[in-house]
Amino acid sequence: MKPETLFKSDGRLERVLRSGRFAVTAELNPPDSADPQEVYDAALVLSSVCDAINATDASGANCHMSSVAICALLTRAGYAPILQVSCRDRNRIAIQGDVLGAAAMGVCNVLCLTGDDVTVGDQPQAKRVFDLDSIQLLRTIKIMRDEGVFLSGRKLTVPPRLFLGAAENPFVPPYDWRPLRLAKKMEAGADFIQTQYCFDLPRFRQFMAQVRDLGLHEKLFILVGVGPLRSEKTAEFMRTKVPGVIIPDEIVNRLRHTPGPRKREEGKQICIEIIQQVREIEGVAGVHVMAYRQEELVAEIIEEAGLLPRPLRIGFIAPDPLRRLRKSQEDPPPFDPEP
Amino acid sequence: MLRWLQDYPHFLEWAYRLTHHLFIWLDPLMRRIGYGRVDRWLRPLEEAGKRSVFDCQMCGQCVLHSTGMTCPMTCPKNLRNGPCGGVRANGHCEVIPEMKCIWVAAYERSQKMPIFGPEMILLQPPVNRQLEGSSAWVNMLTGADRQTPLGWIKKD
Repeated sequence: MKPETLFKSDGRLERVLRSGRFAVTAELNPPDSADPQEVYDAALVLSSVCDAINATDASGANCHMSSVAICALLTRAGYAPILQVSCRDRNRIAIQGDVLGAAAMGVCNVLCLTGDDVTVGDQPQAKRVFDLDSIQLLRTIKIMRDEGVFLSGRKLTVPPRLFLGAAENPFVPPYDWRPLRLAKKMEAGADFIQTQYCFDLPRFRQFMAQVRDLGLHEKLFILVGVGPLRSEKTAEFMRTKVPGVIIPDEIVNRLRHTPGPRKREEGKQICIEIIQQVREIEGVAGVHVMAYRQEELVAEIIEEAGLLPRPLRIGFIAPDPLRRLRKSQEDPPPFDPEP
Repeated sequence: MLRWLQDYPHFLEWAYRLTHHLFIWLDPLMRRIGYGRVDRWLRPLEEAGKRSVFDCQMCGQCVLHSTGMTCPMTCPKNLRNGPCGGVRANGHCEVIPEMKCIWVAAYERSQKMPIFGPEMILLQPPVNRQLEGSSAWVNMLTGADRQTPLGWIKKD
């Protein structure tokens, strides 16, 4: 008999969230390189300031090192990654195989995304796949985890243990439907949510009020996406070129009226202020810090926002799958969240 | 072109309900003729009708009434469960900037649909790509459009 465990995964992120602590995740931007050292360098900076590292899956439809490979490197080095899976590049056969392989390598968190369209990337001539959508993808992985079968119904010998995430963008239309769509994602199997960059706080507060009315904040862990802006030019680029990013004029003007050398500091300050304000909102379980290839800046933000030290002791050593006997159904005893 | 009809979603949901009943009433006759033969006759008719009103993509498993009388396959990402996160602030599509996001339109229309509007929250299963190009009306009668992968069916 399997012992009843409260946890769906063996990862640290789930434990931090379920213990009621404010979680921090950060994004690792994959290198355009075949050298693993670049991944390790970035991970070294991020790992001490966050509970899980997102390995992006060709974000913005630009080709980089694959997310499965980054997760392989990170788990080998003992870090806790979040595997991002987008529906843009792979069909249901490839995705299910990747998820199973990632779980075998020790990945405990998967983030299911629709994915930016190929036209925004550097290779707009590519064929878009979108065989599944993000909600169908969530449900598919939930079926693999909870029912122990592939989508086809074929049995898995050992089902993956995964903490499932989804993305949400409360800042774009149709505004009134976004909370209902979140409910749909929860129904499909989401355990945690990472939102798009949050710069528009009034809109986010309104969204969270609707989420609380639906009672979703009690069933989902919502991590708010935040990030620094280097200058008004970066802000202008992001809101015109990156799909789904909304930056209010006040923030752009604030950066524009800051003298050149202080712009980086000001952008960081804006980000820290946003973190402190979203922390006050009921139902927010953590933040997700994104900054394109600026890992040091991410670390500074997390430190200066007062989110350190991260609860390191909550870490959990996942059972080595090689040590587990194939036939035995013995699982490690449930982990005590308060050691 | 009959696209303007989409601005009358309540009329369309009535029309949907009517054709649904009509086909169920005609089902014994169609079974006698043979679904394969009926598919060959109906397909051009269905394609012409639905394409002129909804820009139908002939996926063969119509969910129009559950998606605000707006064809989800006209979304460049083929999303059947709601909008992506790339919708522009003015409600337009990420991929085709001059097109209104079909899910923004679908949500607005579903608000005017008392019968099938609430079905917007239903979880749509993955598309069966084998049915592409066949008649959704015939698939509705044979039940082929409701067949999901074996693992998808919820075990309670």
